[in-house]
This record gives sequence, structure tokens and C-alpha cells, in this order.
Amino acid sequence: MGELTDLTLHEARNGLLSGAFSSRELVEAHLQRIDLLEPRLHAFITLAPERALKNADEADRILRENNTDPPPLIGLPIAVKDVLCLEGLPCTSGSKILESFIPPFTATAVQRILDAGAIPLGKTNTDEFAMGSSTENSAYGPTHNPWDLAHVPGGSSGGSAAAVAARMVPVAFGTDTGGSIRQPCAYCGTTGIKPTYGRTSRYGLVAYGSSLDTVGAITRNVADVALLFQYMAGFDPLDATSIARPVPEYALLKSPSLDGLRIGVPGEYFIEGIQPEVESAVLGAIAQMETQGAVAVPISLPHTHFALPVYYLIAPAEASANLARYDGVRFGPRLGSEDDLWEMFTQTRGNKFGAEVKRRIMLGTYALSAGYYDAYYNKAQKVRTLIKADFDQAFEQVDVIAAPVAPTTAFKFGQHTDDPLAMYLEDVFTLPANLAGVPGLAFPVGYDKKGLPVGMQLMGPNFSEARLFQVGHAYQLETQWHQQWPMVEKPNVDF
Amino acid sequence: MRLSIEEVEHIAALARLALTDAEKRQYADQLSDILDYAARLKELDTDLIPPTASVLEMTLRLREDQARQGLDRTVLLKNAPEKLEDQFKVPPVLGG
Repeated sequence: MGELTDLTLHEARNGLLSGAFSSRELVEAHLQRIDLLEPRLHAFITLAPERALKNADEADRILRENNTDPPPLIGLPIAVKDVLCLEGLPCTSGSKILESFIPPFTATAVQRILDAGAIPLGKTNTDEFAMGSSTENSAYGPTHNPWDLAHVPGGSSGGSAAAVAARMVPVAFGTDTGGSIRQPCAYCGTTGIKPTYGRTSRYGLVAYGSSLDTVGAITRNVADVALLFQYMAGFDPLDATSIARPVPEYALLKSPSLDGLRIGVPGEYFIEGIQPEVESAVLGAIAQMETQGAVAVPISLPHTHFALPVYYLIAPAEASANLARYDGVRFGPRLGSEDDLWEMFTQTRGNKFGAEVKRRIMLGTYALSAGYYDAYYNKAQKVRTLIKADFDQAFEQVDVIAAPVAPTTAFKFGQHTDDPLAMYLEDVFTLPANLAGVPGLAFPVGYDKKGLPVGMQLMGPNFSEARLFQVGHAYQLETQWHQQWPMVEKPNVDF
Repeated sequence: MRLSIEEVEHIAALARLALTDAEKRQYADQLSDILDYAARLKELDTDLIPPTASVLEMTLRLREDQARQGLDRTVLLKNAPEKLEDQFKVPPVLGG
């Protein structure tokens, strides 16, 4: 057996259950790797080594005493994106306005994984309030891409994707409001699920765009994402938009077949301006699936190019309402005058929110304000109906839709920081799934000539996660892209 | 359409954000660009299209109105920037 940090979640679980190594050894190995690489990558905002080792000893005790039927994820290390509350550890959301906030409760999706026995090693870096595509908007400094430190890891779950790619943890939580799981997975060569809206609980997730926010997972292969998602998904009475629907078995078939699977290939996602290596890698993956029995079907999602303006009206509008709660009263820092309520509100918010967050609050406030509501917000909601209808119609013809996750591979730091609109264009292929509510599975399908990963996404009808996992798993059984790892230990000449 | 500095100041007041003059100028430009981009939605005739506020095909669920234990007051006050006698302290809301 090689390094413990090289193991997938499945391999680590088997090793723990067979007694090949202890949870303490497994957790210590990952903590050591984090110590080694964190100065280069900055994937974490908060680390909790003492808590993790205490959890590991407890897991080892349970494994000794109850080795026949232990909790399903007992003793396995995980990381949690810092927009999800974990009792007792700071939850900054990448923002100075929550710098001192220690949540008194744990998010339901996280609690379910803790109840299954997993051990959190820390909280991962994110763009402030999950608003961004690069982690450059984190108030705590950006995360670097393990494949090339001069490039961004994607965002907003960039810390989680970088940590998983660099083998600091086998799996991590992410959240996806407009692509924040899938896009960093594409940029870092990891596998991730953006679930159907309502499949995982949002309770304890720091809200950004409430009609779009989803909680999901980032791993190194589809089998691991299916295992983790099994215990993450499910109904939560504390989230009014959680769906009361049984969670199916996500167990993967040993030799899954793609015979007769209809893969929709939407013309609108293969457009001028897309990096040629991205297009060829994604088309190559579809061709591979055809050799495994699938049938590619050209389809059209005609309103795709309206998703960007629709998203950048709806998400900021919802954010402007959600972020009204950060006012210096109940948590976080307080600035301004002792005897002037207005000054307290405006100074605290004006100084402690970062530039992108203020930009989106301003945009959303404008779109909701008197005289503009119909022209912007209501109009965007109507076009959202058309985007959703595109998917409904497509899924009458095909079983899944295959598309690139992003038009390019990971871009360099600073490339888009002066031009918000150019940054928003990075999300053009991921936004439609959030607007329609449908699930998306992202995984690597190749590399560009600089050695940066290319990601593909499979989208399916609502609650078709099991199907997406089977298809992705079938592809990964026949390909090796997901088994390539960045050599982040080596000195990087570009950096 | 270009936003004026006065319009930016009006939105900032609605959003309770203190902005520097440099920020006001920057947001006037950037928000104008983004709104110009969003104007392409006007190409679509949506008169007969209903708006989508939620993708869920469900009605809002109501729970039983039952009292249950919430979080402890001292726990909830731990994150407060200022407190007074087990309550959140704020500047005067009425009068001065």
C-alpha cells in the first residue's frame, strides 16, 4: 500500500474496517500533508487538528468495540466549505463580516455526515459568501490551483476542490449556486455533484441565492461521490424547500452498461470562443461513451445564452435580501457610532463586505427597487421559466445532457479581476442547471497542453443523481483521467 | 443606460452601505455595464410567460404549531458584538 493520503474514500474505508491502519494514522497522514502543502495552496481558512485527532481516537475505539456494524463513514477525514456551519469552529464565509462568528449549531447536511462517523479536518476557502469563480474574492486570500500555482482553482468551492485534488483530504463539502462545485472540479480535475435543488438540506448553509443554493460533494472519483452523497442527501424539516422524498440506493453497479443511453449534446454549449482543447476533450468523452453503448443525440437548449443575465439579476436580488442580516447587531464586528443606528449599519456593512459582495448587493437592490422590479427581476424570473422549459423538453428526448463545465481551463490570477462581466462569463455553462434546478455531475475528461484539467458535466432530470452516478462511473471504469494527480510537492517554476 | 452618482447613492442608502467616492464611481460604471448586458432579455416576448420564483413543484409546507426547545440564550448571545443584561445592545432606535 502506498501513502495513506493516496487512498480514495472507498479504499480508506476498507483499510479502516480491515484493520490495516487506524483512523488516527489516517487522520495524522492527512494533517501532515496539509501542513506540507497549505503554505503553497491555502486551501483552508480554519484547521482543527486537535478536534480531528480526538474524533479519530473515538472512531478507533468504536471500531475496536463494534467492528461488525460500525457507522458507514466511521473514522474517515473530510473537509467542510466555510459557508456551512459546523458547531464550535468559525464560519467566516470568506468574509470579514463573519470573521468572529462561531456558529452554535451544525448544518444538517454536515451533521448527517458527522452522524455517519466522518471526521472534519477543517473549513475550506471560498469566495466571499460563495460569490465568485476563482476564490480571489475570499477576504482571507486566494487558494492556488494544485496543477499550476499561478492559476486559480475555480470558485467558489475552490478550497475544497484544491484540497481534494492535492490529496489533503479524500472528500470535501461544496456548495453550488451558479457552478461553485462543478467549475472548481473542472479546474482542479476532481469529481463533484451539484444535486437537484431540494435534495440536500440548506439548513445551516450561509444563504446566498436561496432559490438556487445547493449543498453537494467534491471527491476524486464518482464512486466516492455516490458513497458520500448517500449519507448527505435527504429530507430536513428545518429547510422549507427540502423535498420529502426517499433517498434511493446510490450503490454503483460492478459493470454498468451504457447500452441505449441517450446523451443529449446541446449545440449552444459548443460555441465560438470555447478553448479548442476543452471542446475536443468533451467530444472525446462523449465518443468514449458511445463506444460503451450510448447514443449521442444533437439537441437544442435555445435559451442558454439568456442564463447569464437571468442569473446575475436573480442571484444578486436574493443575495441583497439574504445579506441584510449582516448589520452588526447579533454577530460579527460592529463599526460606526455608539449612538447612531444608521451609521452602525452603513459603516459595518460598507467596511466589512468585500467589493464583489457589495457589487452584487447593489445590483440586487437595484433590480428589486421601485420602478425597476418589473423590468429586471420579474423579467428575469419569466425568462427563467423558458430556461427550465428548455430542459423539460430536452429530457423528453434524452436521458442525460453532456456539456463542458466551463469554456476554458483554469485561468491565471488577476486575469478577470478588473472586469466583473468577464468573470461572470466563466459561469456561462453552469448557470442553466441552477436556474432549472436540475442535478449536474462534473468530472475530468482530459488535459490541455499546459497540463490543466478539462471538466465535463452530465446533467439529468430532477432527482436523477443515481443515473448520473452510474453513467459517470461507467466512464471512469474505462478511462484514467480521474486517476491523474498534480505533483504539487515539486517546486513550481511558474510561481 | 448609465447610472448617475446620485442613483448609486440612492441604491447604497437602500442597501445600508457606506461607499467611498471611488467606489461610487466604480459601481456606477460596472453596474451600468452589467445592466446594459441584462437588457438583452428585452429581446424575448414574455408577456404570456409566468415567472418562476422556485423550481420546486410543491406548495409551501406548514409544520405543526408546537413549542420546542430552541438554542440557549447565552449561547446565542456569544457572538453579539455588544450586549446588555442578556440582550443585544444597539444604538437608540427612536429619538436620540
